[in-house]
Formats: sequence, C-alpha cells, structure tokens
Amino acid sequence: MKLIFERSHEGRGCSILPECDVPVVSVSSANKREQPLHLPQLSENDLSRHYTELMKHTHGVNDGFYPLGSCTMKYNPKVNEEIAALPGFTKIHPLQPSETAQGSLEVLHKAEEFLCEITGMDNMTFQPAAGAHGEYTGLLLIKAYHEARNDKKRNKIIVPDSAHGTNPASAAMAGFEIVNVTSSPDGCVDVEKLKEVVGDDTAGLMLTNPNTVGLFDKNILEITKIIHEAGGLCYYDGANLNAVMGIVRPGDMGFDVIHLNLHKTFSTPHGGGGPGSGPVGCKKILTPFLPTPVVVKENDKYRLDYDRPQTIGTVKHFYGNFLVVVKALSYILTLGKEGIPEAAQNAVLNCNYLMNKLKDVYNMAFDEGCMHEFVMTISNLKKDKDVSAMDIAKALLDNGIHPPTMYFPLIVEEALMVEPTETESKETLDEASDVFHKIYEEAIANPSALHEAPVSTSVRRLDEVNAARNPHLRYEF
Amino acid sequence: MGSYIPSAKSERQEMLKTAGFSKMEDLFSHIPQEVLLKNGLNIPEGMSEMEVNRTMSEIAGKNKIFSSIFRGAGAYDHYIPSIVKSVTSKEEFLTSYTPYQAEISQGVLQSIFEYQTMICELTGMDVSNASVYDGATAAAEAAAMCRERSRNITYVSAACNPEVIRTMKTYCFASDTELVIVPVKDGVTDLSSIEGNLDAKTTACLYIEQPNYYGQMENIEKAAEIIHAAKGKLIVGCNPISLGIVKTPAECGADIAVGEGQPLGMPLAFGGPYLGFMAAKSAMTRKLPGRIVGETVDIDGKRAFVLTLQAREQHIRREKASSNICSNQALCAMTAAVYLSAMGKEGLEKAAVLSMSKAHYLAEKLSEIKGFELKYKGEFFHEFVMTCPICPCTLMAELEKHGILGGLPLDDENKGSILWCCTEKNTKADIDNMVEIIKEVAAR
Repeated sequence: MKLIFERSHEGRGCSILPECDVPVVSVSSANKREQPLHLPQLSENDLSRHYTELMKHTHGVNDGFYPLGSCTMKYNPKVNEEIAALPGFTKIHPLQPSETAQGSLEVLHKAEEFLCEITGMDNMTFQPAAGAHGEYTGLLLIKAYHEARNDKKRNKIIVPDSAHGTNPASAAMAGFEIVNVTSSPDGCVDVEKLKEVVGDDTAGLMLTNPNTVGLFDKNILEITKIIHEAGGLCYYDGANLNAVMGIVRPGDMGFDVIHLNLHKTFSTPHGGGGPGSGPVGCKKILTPFLPTPVVVKENDKYRLDYDRPQTIGTVKHFYGNFLVVVKALSYILTLGKEGIPEAAQNAVLNCNYLMNKLKDVYNMAFDEGCMHEFVMTISNLKKDKDVSAMDIAKALLDNGIHPPTMYFPLIVEEALMVEPTETESKETLDEASDVFHKIYEEAIANPSALHEAPVSTSVRRLDEVNAARNPHLRYEF
Repeated sequence: MGSYIPSAKSERQEMLKTAGFSKMEDLFSHIPQEVLLKNGLNIPEGMSEMEVNRTMSEIAGKNKIFSSIFRGAGAYDHYIPSIVKSVTSKEEFLTSYTPYQAEISQGVLQSIFEYQTMICELTGMDVSNASVYDGATAAAEAAAMCRERSRNITYVSAACNPEVIRTMKTYCFASDTELVIVPVKDGVTDLSSIEGNLDAKTTACLYIEQPNYYGQMENIEKAAEIIHAAKGKLIVGCNPISLGIVKTPAECGADIAVGEGQPLGMPLAFGGPYLGFMAAKSAMTRKLPGRIVGETVDIDGKRAFVLTLQAREQHIRREKASSNICSNQALCAMTAAVYLSAMGKEGLEKAAVLSMSKAHYLAEKLSEIKGFELKYKGEFFHEFVMTCPICPCTLMAELEKHGILGGLPLDDENKGSILWCCTEKNTKADIDNMVEIIKEVAAR
C-alpha cells in the first residue's frame, strides 16, 4: 500500500475554505514559520480512496469474531453512533453557560446515577479518558483520603500477579510502592500471603474481578475484609464487569472505588485504540476528593460544582470523553434492568460453551466454571511439537478470526485468553470451535506449516526486533 | 427491552446443556451467594431502539446550539470538512482495537504512522507518539518525561490555560513533585522572574503555551535559552492550527511539543473526545508515553508497520513503564490526519490566517465602542482579552438571545474582561452583526 505522502502531488488539493472577507492579518516576521511544512496534497477522491484502502486492511468487530481477552469486543450498536452524532451533542461548547447545556449535564448525571446503581457506588466522575486513566484517578482518591487523615505511612498498593499491566503502572504513577502478591494454584489471590503483606503501610489493594484467568475470586469477601482491617481501601478494576453486571455489585463486596471501561462493558466502540472512557465510581468516604467539576442537580436543574476544597484537582480538560458517555447511556437505556444481567449471563454462557467445546484438545489453565473469558495454555504443544501460542494465533488470522490475547496473563505459560462476549451467535462459536480444532490437528500433523502462518494476509509475520532496534517512526521527505 | 444477544431462548438452553449446566443461575454458583443481587437493579426497564432514539434526542434538545460562536479558551469551533466524518465513521476503523495483530491491522497501523509523520511536520519535531488523551494530559505526561531523581521541579507559566495547569498540578500531586508557577506580566510569561534564578540541579522543565491562554504570542526562544541554561527541558503547548503560520516549537528550541488536537477536525462535543498530540526531539524517543508505530518489513521483505518500542510500555514494564497509558485517542488521531490531508499546507495556512484576521477585525470593531479596550498590547493570534464596561454576564445574556455565544468572561485577575476568539467560521457579517448588538447594549 502506498503511503498518503506517496500519493501526494504538488498543486493538488481539496477546496474547503472561502477567501478572507476582512483585511488579512498574519504573524510578524519574528513569529513566522520558516520551517517547510509537508502535508499531503490530494484531491478529495484520492483522499477518500486512500482511506478506503486502509479500511480494507483493518479487522473490526464488523468483519468477524474478535475474542480478544480482557477487551470485551462486543457488537457496537449503530443507534448509539447516530445519537452521539446529534448536533445537540456535537455542537455544544464545553464552556457555554450551564443553563444552555442542560442536556449534556443530564447525560452525565443520568449515566452517573445508573452506573452507580450497577456498581453499588455513591458517586462517579467521567473525567478519565480510558481505563488506565481511571485507575490512576481512583488511586489518587485513595492517596488523598489517607493524606486528609494525616495517615502518611500508607504508601503501598497491593497488586496480585494476575493483574493487568496497567495496575502496577498506574500505582507507580500515583506515587505508590507496589507489593505483588502471588496467586494460589487455584488461580485466586493467595489469602495467606495477602495477610502477610498487609500492614499499617497498606494504602490499598487493586483487584481485577473476575480476574485475568476468568475466575471470580471465591475469597473476595475475605480479601476486602483483610484490607479494611489493615486500614487500607479496596480498588475494583472493572475492566471485566461484563461478566457480573446486574449479578453482583462491587460496592456490596467491600470495594470503595472502581473504574469502568465504557468501551468494553457498555458497548462503545474501541476506535482502533480509543477514545474510550474510564469513569471512576466511589463510596461516600471518597466523594470529597473526586476531580472537579462535579455535576450537581438542584431543583430539577443541573450545574457544575467547582467548589470542592478537598478535590484531587483535574485529571483531564473539561468533563471527559463526553460523546462516549452519550453512547454508553443509550446502551444502558436500551438494555435496562433486565437486559443488563441478561448480557452478563450470556457473556458467561458463551464463554463456558466455547471452553467446553475446546477442552477435548486444548488445555485450560483452570478447568472449572469460567466467567466471561477463559485462558488456554499451549505449553504441551510447545513442548511436543514446537507450536507456540503465537503460531496458533497467526493460524487463526488465516481463518478470518481475530486471535485471543496472547501471552497474558503472565502467570500462565503460552497463554491464549479468549473472550467471546454475549453478542456472538451459537453458529459463530461453533465455527470458531471447528477452526480451533482444525488448527490443532494441523499442529499435530504438520507443525512446520503453522510456523509459516499467516499466509493469506496482506503482510506476513513482521520483523519486530529490527523495528525496535532501528526505529523508523515517520516518513522522510 | 432492547437486546443485542443473537441466540434464541431455546438455543441458550441447548448451549447451557453442552456446557454442563441446567439453568442460567448455575453459571454463577461459585460466587458467594450472599452477594448475589436478589431484587435486580433499580434502573428503568429497557427500551426499543425507537424509544431510545426519541429519549436521547429529547435530552439533546435541552442543549442550546449557538449559531455563532466567539468563544475558545481550549475548545475551538473550526470548520470540519465532510470527508473527515465520512472516513472516521467507517465501521472497520470504529470497531477495531489497538492493532496488536499487525498482519490484519496494516490499515490502522499505517494511518498512525502517517499521523505521526504529520505531527512531526506540524511541530517540526523528530518523533511523535500515536496520541494521548488531550492537551492537558499531554502537558502533564511531557513534564513527567523530563523528571529524573532530584531534577524534579516543573515550572509552568501562569499564562497557560488554567485547566491545563490544574491537570499538571494533579499529576505533580501524584508523583510527589513540585510545581512552580511563573508569573504573568502584560499578558505574557514574565521570563525575567526566572532568568538566572533556576537551580541547575533541581529544574526539570518549563511548560509554556504558544499562543498563550490570553491569545498572546510568547517569546519562546527566550524561554528555551533560560531553561536550557539550567539544563532543564522546554515543553511548548501549541495550537495546531496556528502552526500553519507560526514558528514551530522546534525552530524555537523546544524539547517537547504538545497540544490539544481538537481544532484538527473534532467537534466541540461538550469537551470530548479530543486529542492530545505529543512530539519530541529524537533523544527523548524512549521516554515518550503510549503507543508508537514503526516501519519494518515482513518475512517476505514487504514494507509493513507495527507497534514498536514496547519496552517502554505498561504491559511489558509494569510499574517501571514510562506511563500507564493503554487505550489512547486513536480515532481522534485519524481524524486529525484526515483533516490535515484534506486541508494540505495551503488549507491549514488559510485556516490560520482567516482565524487570525477575523480576530483582529473583531478586536478593531469592538475597540470602537467606548470602554472596550485591548487589555494587552502584544501580538495575538485568534484570541484576545478585552475590557468590558458593562457586566460581562449581562452582555452574554443579550448575545444569547440572538443565538450568539460571546467570548468567555474571565474570572482571574482579569475579572470584568472577556476572552474573545474567532475562527474561519465567523464571517464578516456575523462579526458586524454582533458588534451592532453590543453597541446597542453598551448604549443602554
């Protein structure tokens, strides 16, 4: 494929803006740009075709099965896109007077009300732009809480070894030391080890539940009790909420703060990597520390409250990725009180169904009832046939399936983490099962063929080592 | 109730059986039973698509759409070419995720590589990442790139957007580092207050905006000289449209250029999603946060693109990562790339010149009214602060009646003054019309 710069021709372009209808003013010579500026020069037709070609080399949820573990690649309803494109939402300046932005404030307030009910929390901020940003914000609430109590020793966050990589990274950015706790052989947090590491320096614990091996931690109530008794707070990584929404509420299980990924659980599209939305919900004890502004409802009118003396400040300009919240609210209104738990049930059902269809030939890291995702280990094939998790993943590409998350969680060797989601039909799962079986048979009969995969994609396996060693990060003119 | 679950009830039973369960509840039997929700959620019953569409449209209808906008202060009402929306609403771009599987993601990967190139071109810098959340977090993350051990004081000009400063303060609270505000004098950063006063052992960086919050042009070269004398780094927050005509951060000696990319084709949208762009000198490449796409070849020697330098990132380095960022603003980055491609060099220059010219025209017209005076005498781009002889709120309320969103009444030491903004969308007729209304109000 040609780069857009390789399609550019001097003198071509689109006609977008009119001529100036007032006296022309430009910058003084002291502030004038001298450096050349290379931007593409294309007709609108060529520009349109360029991106259509890029589109054809991109795999979206609309193209086929996308069981990327921990990412909840569910169907993205079209009505949500249409609603988020309404001029009544897109043409609203973030700094226009609150009386003229009542609709926007209502969106934020309603989304807060519903998501607090779903999570069992008291308040919520939509400022964080993504899950990791939400983690960071939630941890700052914990930090501010301890500081406000003058409890200055509490500088450690406990993170199980099965956590997402963002958990320890967020805790480090929030100024905490990280204490890792290992998992028991059953895939859950090792409660005895947890008891050993808690103390008067414990600021809190971050728990992903269901965890990254797809299990609901059976000791969850004991875990939150241990942390609270040590004086710490409990953080719930809600990345996997799709498995439990409407079934259990983190707030009822002893958690004080949670982040959600609206682009996972609440069906807003992932956009090739973003924008997402990572709202943070908390219990009343943490409310005073929430970022400002906070949307307040008084006498049926909404306003933005900046007057919060204990606030951690601001984690992003304005009020978050607003249009993403609009889409999530539309989704919640669509599903409603019955549809939310039904989505969770079917996410868990689809997952158990597919796991059961695969476990005759693939080894499951934990062979018991899974939640929304399961983890397979390819270590036997690796040992016997030199076929790795990567080889299986690449073979899936030749079959039109987006591979599962590879080599994660780190605690499982040769891991493939599969999350089907509730929006896939039985046929899709059956077909995927057939493909997985076909690949397994090939791995046994002809392992070297899998090392060659993929063969049908527009490019084949890449030289990633060289890409990192000799970084070539922009087009040179 | 609405639902996006394909399988019929009978199929679900069949699937349950295959999976070894007899009823749905059994799927959750290993959860401590005392925490299961007994009476369901207290939220409304689900709705059909038509009802949701109607309900949400009603909510949108409670917002007021202004036909003419003279307010900026961090969010700018520029014209968005039709091709931008057409490209970015393609389902493949919308519904894919981070391109971990390069072989089926060349489209997204190449678009990011092209975006990175355009941001380098725009800012004049060597290397760009694939985006961060917005301009404010870009500034805060850039400051973190400059800190090392005892070198940890961040200097920030008071002439920057106040919400960007607040965000940077929050990030400094997180990292337990100090943030020092450099005062303003005559609407620009008072660089003389720090010249020669910076400690070469503890100074990490200076963050300054061009143009600044008040629309004024700063002396960035001087700022670079001062901060570099203390071995600190210079971070410049820039308006991307202005870079069509304004000296680049690289030309001025910046080490990192960041900014709010919203003007590049993103709607106002009540504050988001927007785009944080970030570019740096090549020496700082491995300190950049977030995704970066690089060019390489596949096993057949064919050119291809891939996420690279991942040893900086959270999924590899965990607590030692350069940042925790995972999801970014990819679709907004694509929006900016399509915008810049549609505009081209000449189009971007035109957007800059038109915005600047109209702001100057508005300033001149307003100055003809008694009591309206430019607060600062320096060069300005497309925003300016002007005194207001009447209560700014009264004036805004009058303009609102005519469908006009006037400038932003300031609440800092400029209380009583207004921060005005123009873009290419403000026609001469609109400006003249507004000035006439203001004349009437002022004469009352």
